Amino acid sequence: MPIEVRIPTILRTYTGGEKAVNADGATLSALIDDLEANHPGLRDRLLENGDLRRFVNVYVNDEDVRFTGGLETAVADGDQVVVLPAVAGGAGDQAEPAAR
Amino acid sequence: MLRLDQATYDAIVAHAKRDHPDEACGIVAGAEGSDVPSRHVPMINAAGSPTFYEFDSTELLALYKEMWDRDEEPVVIYHSHTATEAYPSRTDIGLANEPGAHYVLVSTAAHGNSEGPVEFRSYRIIDGNVTEEDVAIGDTEN
Repeated sequence: MPIEVRIPTILRTYTGGEKAVNADGATLSALIDDLEANHPGLRDRLLENGDLRRFVNVYVNDEDVRFTGGLETAVADGDQVVVLPAVAGGAGDQAEPAAR
Repeated sequence: MLRLDQATYDAIVAHAKRDHPDEACGIVAGAEGSDVPSRHVPMINAAGSPTFYEFDSTELLALYKEMWDRDEEPVVIYHSHTATEAYPSRTDIGLANEPGAHYVLVSTAAHGNSEGPVEFRSYRIIDGNVTEEDVAIGDTEN
């Protein structure tokens, strides 16, 4: 039951250059675990302290998962998952840059 | 080096002046692999702040889907600094996630919303390393 996950340019070093990979899971959390099993290192780029990184956006069928239950968002066969880093920045240093 | 046509340069500068004192932001998309910025897309700064910018997450997805449909990528990602120089801040460097893009910074600190020159500079930001590059404005020959 593959779910297609679209990978942004900056994370394609983890997918051998692939723009999209397949993964399985009933929730986003399980899906990310499955991604990690096949593409080690990817989970750390998506999660921090067990939650989605502030400046990483994940969409399931075009919905930002922050509005649909976060890591507990249900996913199913045929769903489309997109990972996109935020486009953000600015002169101030008060915002916390994404840790690497 | 970043090559940018005059109309796109003017549109970016106008956007930065219009949104001053908040930071303005947007991209210039171009054909994938071409390194030619051809389609200016001004974005709304969802942070609405003089010291921070962020594309709205829903608009970000719509933008990328449109680019994928057109076989484009973000050739230029620009934003303004409204009280400081046009140099990437620590925040800019930490959040630079498009290694293929030219990161353009425009400073409106000198003249704000009024007419007058702006500082317009371009950088590559890869793995936290900032490299400034020349900017050539004018109609591209090829």
